[in-house]
Amino acid sequence: MSLISEGANSGGARLIQPTGYEPGLYEPSNAEVGDYIALLKPRVMSLVVFTALVGLAVAPGTIHPVEAFTALLCIAVGAGASGALNMWFDADIDALMTRTQRRPVPSGRVRPGEALAFGLTLSVFAVAVLGLMVNVLSAALLAFTIFFYAVIYTMWLKRSTPQNIVIGGAAGAFPPMIGWAAVTGTVSLESLLLFAIIFFWTPPHFWALAIYKKSDYGRAGVPMLPNVAGDAHTRLQILLYTLVLVPLGVAPWALGYTSALYGVVAMATGLGMILLAIQVYREVSPADRACRHLFAFSILYLFLLYAVLLVDRGWGGLIARVAA
Amino acid sequence: MDDKQDRNSQVEGGIVLTEQQKRAQRSRSVAIALALAALVILFFIMTLVKGPAVLVRPI
Repeated sequence: MSLISEGANSGGARLIQPTGYEPGLYEPSNAEVGDYIALLKPRVMSLVVFTALVGLAVAPGTIHPVEAFTALLCIAVGAGASGALNMWFDADIDALMTRTQRRPVPSGRVRPGEALAFGLTLSVFAVAVLGLMVNVLSAALLAFTIFFYAVIYTMWLKRSTPQNIVIGGAAGAFPPMIGWAAVTGTVSLESLLLFAIIFFWTPPHFWALAIYKKSDYGRAGVPMLPNVAGDAHTRLQILLYTLVLVPLGVAPWALGYTSALYGVVAMATGLGMILLAIQVYREVSPADRACRHLFAFSILYLFLLYAVLLVDRGWGGLIARVAA
Repeated sequence: MDDKQDRNSQVEGGIVLTEQQKRAQRSRSVAIALALAALVILFFIMTLVKGPAVLVRPI
């Protein structure tokens, strides 16, 4: 019997390998650089960078611009690493959902092992560089955020409870707190407020999406709230969480941290959120249209709150610090 | 990889890459090189910024 056998992989490479081995182990990678960038979830990363920038800019104290850039870079890479680990673990359910089936792993462009190695390598680099170049607290928070998203949310909560995105939402809420910690080396009430705004923003945002993508999640067996408790209960939860979120959005002004400009924007956009959440709650069937409106507006709401905060509290201070 | 190397790979039981795989491999290598170069520059600039304090690591 020959010790060598020939075969061809999906990419067309001629393989000559010992018999009795798994062919997949020897197949050369077809992954392009763009596929690895897609593993980082660039759109999610951009929101993470933006909220971290706000946390960094509004924090009291000083930070050198190069340190600030390094902190943001590490937070961005850490967020991207979480995305890669999420795509590695969720490849099976991503392949079943229309929204995610073109991702690099389920589409076969990147192998699961490559995504895992990429995610782990970037995680270690991001945390180590942040710890060595900025401070230990921000690095510890970044490490916890990656762990929370990849292990607590992706591996555990996502497939086991309809409260998955409520608790898992904490992972998306940490970046401004990391930015704050990069400047001050502490966690304070203000940074907890920045955390709370995103934490309570996540359920209405994702449940609005989950209602009009219910069949997708159902096919993949992910226990999102609409699939488990029904649309009516989810619409009520969306309204309740929005009613908690809006006062939290106004709180930075109410507590005297910002000017009236922020207060006006927070109240006006918060009113918009409540009106849309009421529409979602009242629209019995189909709730798709109202949910799409709420989903889209919730992104604008969070962006506006943080953008005004950046202009109001951070921008002037940031320019002064750079000039100094 | 030229034809001679291709033949050697076959004889030695190696893997012969397609043109597409070679292109992908080259682009990945360039991306890794650029990322490493960027890290070197970042570490150098950070050392200049922090000066001797780069070694002071209070926990």
